Amino acid sequence: MGLVLLIIIWLITFVSTYFFIAKTWWLPVGASASAASIDHHFTITYILMGIVFVAAQVGLGFLVWRYRDRGGPSNKAEYSHGNTTLEIIWTVLTAVLFVGLNLMSSSIWASERFRPAEANAVRVEVTGMQFAWYFRYPGPDGKFGATKPELEDASAGGEGALGLDSKDPASKDDVVTGTMVVPVNREIEVILRAHDVIHSFFVPAFRFKQDAVPGLAISMHFTPIQTGDYEIACAELCGLGHYKMHGIVKVVSQEEFDKWLAAREAEKQ
Amino acid sequence: MATHGFAGQETHAHAAPQGFIRKWIFSLDHKIIGLQYYFLALAAVFVGMFLSLLMRIHMIWPTVALPLVGEIKPEAYLSLVTMHGTIMVFFVLTTAPQGGFGNYFLPIQIGAPDMAFPVLNMLSFWTTFLGFIVMLAAFFVTGGAPLHGWTGYAPLSALPSAGPGEGLGADLWIISIAIFCIGALMGALNFITTTLDMRAKGMSMMRMPLTCWAWFITAILGLLAFGVLLSGGILLLMDRNLGTSFFVPLVTVNGQLTGHKGGSPLLWQHLFWFFGHPEVYIAILPAMGLCSQLLSVFSRKPIFGYKAMVYAMLSIGFLGFMVWGHHMFMSGMSPYTAFAFSIMTMAIGVPSAIKTFNWLGTLVRGKIRFSSPMLFAIGFVSLFVSGGISGPFLAQPVLDIPLHDTAFVPAHFHLIMGVASIFGIFAATYYWFPKMFGRMMNESLARWHFWFSFIGTYCIFMPMHYLGMAAQPRRYSQFTELQYLAHLIPLNKFITYAAIVTIAGQLIFVANLFWSMFKGKKASDNPWEATTLEWTTATPPPHDNFGGRTPVVHNGPYEYSVPGAPRDFVMQSDPAIKAAH
Repeated sequence: MGLVLLIIIWLITFVSTYFFIAKTWWLPVGASASAASIDHHFTITYILMGIVFVAAQVGLGFLVWRYRDRGGPSNKAEYSHGNTTLEIIWTVLTAVLFVGLNLMSSSIWASERFRPAEANAVRVEVTGMQFAWYFRYPGPDGKFGATKPELEDASAGGEGALGLDSKDPASKDDVVTGTMVVPVNREIEVILRAHDVIHSFFVPAFRFKQDAVPGLAISMHFTPIQTGDYEIACAELCGLGHYKMHGIVKVVSQEEFDKWLAAREAEKQ
Repeated sequence: MATHGFAGQETHAHAAPQGFIRKWIFSLDHKIIGLQYYFLALAAVFVGMFLSLLMRIHMIWPTVALPLVGEIKPEAYLSLVTMHGTIMVFFVLTTAPQGGFGNYFLPIQIGAPDMAFPVLNMLSFWTTFLGFIVMLAAFFVTGGAPLHGWTGYAPLSALPSAGPGEGLGADLWIISIAIFCIGALMGALNFITTTLDMRAKGMSMMRMPLTCWAWFITAILGLLAFGVLLSGGILLLMDRNLGTSFFVPLVTVNGQLTGHKGGSPLLWQHLFWFFGHPEVYIAILPAMGLCSQLLSVFSRKPIFGYKAMVYAMLSIGFLGFMVWGHHMFMSGMSPYTAFAFSIMTMAIGVPSAIKTFNWLGTLVRGKIRFSSPMLFAIGFVSLFVSGGISGPFLAQPVLDIPLHDTAFVPAHFHLIMGVASIFGIFAATYYWFPKMFGRMMNESLARWHFWFSFIGTYCIFMPMHYLGMAAQPRRYSQFTELQYLAHLIPLNKFITYAAIVTIAGQLIFVANLFWSMFKGKKASDNPWEATTLEWTTATPPPHDNFGGRTPVVHNGPYEYSVPGAPRDFVMQSDPAIKAAH
């Protein structure tokens, strides 16, 4: 039985580890400035934890086989209540490993979340509602116009869905779209809002995720570094259409972005 | 109420009851109440497991019409998610290890004739039972069971118009949890008092088996956590039915104003996770205590580092109340707060690692007997390690950005607090069945059950890590809407096949359980040659546990292979050994 346990535990360990190392299923392509540093720290954590995983499981399999009851009077268990030195050593080692890892990652967290978006960032307001994302650009005046809940009409889509107040002068040039278009290599400030329940704006390729919470306007930032279309998923359970609440971020060159935005603004006139 | 003697007094807890109803239904006997909790959890685990089976089938064959349940709609899928999580966490993982085995064996292991408050004990069981009935009722009302997940995040859970199931079904869900909290609070008081006041002569705290320590610490966590959830639940009910706005700001559903304003959705998350994080330790601590016990019994060796184990559990309990914010890194909570919670979370990994080292240390130079309880205890250690190493990923806010709310999270918590804790329940069943029913369970069936469960669990939950890294969000009923998920569908299919086989394997357990109850081999009083007090009494134990005798304790709980002793184990009630250190 000890040998069977050893084989099964080792087999499970090696097969699991194989798929982690072979990267058969792996992180999506990274297309934002922070993806590289997040992935780098992911890899460090994953190597260290991988070593712990393999060592502990291989050790467990070995121990149950090595110290199985072999019968006979000579096979005796040791009478020992433990070893304080060992306890201290592994407590300190684990503490150093865990806290150290955490401190290593804290600078990335700080650059992601402690500082506000740069002043020249492209500002996009992202609003989640059951079960769609809307994106609003402030237009040439740089100001988002007022929205009013009583003006919301989800069936109207676009500006109607956001409840944009046409009486507010700042709202005149606001552009509302169902697809997010952003320029490459520019910092994008997203202002996250939600109308009804909590949604979560998740762009796997940007390693970006943030809940959109009703009653809050949460400002975050990311910098796309590759042009292309990237999928947005809703990552917070928001109701029966949760799995269908997706969208696209189109990352284009600065010129294309300017041209696109100018065309949308022209449509407004 | 019958009067109670303190430990050491020659009094019976209360007279043995006569008549079926007082003996089996409204019993005051902690052993009967323990069995009632156990069978409640057994019923609940089958409901919960059946729901997960339906979920897995729906993910892979969304349009298939199943016998009895028909075709599963997306909203029904989310009801399954919600009810699976809720039933498993509350009515299985909280009910069986603590209410079931804790009730049955805490008094016997500390040498007491019963729990401190037998009537309260009976009430806490029947309250829990009522909670379960109310929970099940949510399936059968208009709109069905709620779809807001077991965490019930507001405003989704606070707005009847936010989706199907958010009407009466959601009210029943909250009421059921509130009732459960009341039962759990009564139970917690009883466990704490019993542990502190009812120990037999010589049973000092540091001579208690680690199981008793685990139940004691679990009870303290329950006392502090369930009160908060109860208050949160009441506030949520008021938001839903009395027009208050604790958790709901000004929101519109489908363009319609709801009449709420000024509330905070994050407040619910704080209240919920202040309960919710200690809850995972409520689920896992009893399994930790039990597996420590079993590794020692079946290695025929004292537990490695008894004191370290006690201090580790105490610090897990203490730190467990300071880490709830790690569920909220992406919630809009201050990123500075996230940093603090993250440090505390990494810190709680330390006592968990100490326990793992000590379990391995217990095996070293042991003489391991592979009886079925030991197999599950070894399986527990393996699962605890596998589930544990994904913790430091999720505990770092930076890595939580890509991983939060993906399949990586269910992979983590199912291994470490779900299945590991279930392995604890299985181990406890195989270990204490002879004491509870006077018969042995069938050992070959138990082994088959172990292999199905152990290998099956890894086949189900290890691939979920890969899915999570590939950014598959959790609580999605279909993967066809997002293109980047398409290549993950084969892996999802594999998980479903594994789940079907593993769940089928559980039938072996049920068959063994009921067959052995009536046809199993007769058990001796101490079939595992263990040292703790429950093995000194008759099988099954008499009404007052020790048949009028009051045990006196002279030894620690894990005196195995003591040099010079006539047998390789020294009972706690045997004359004191000299070499104790």
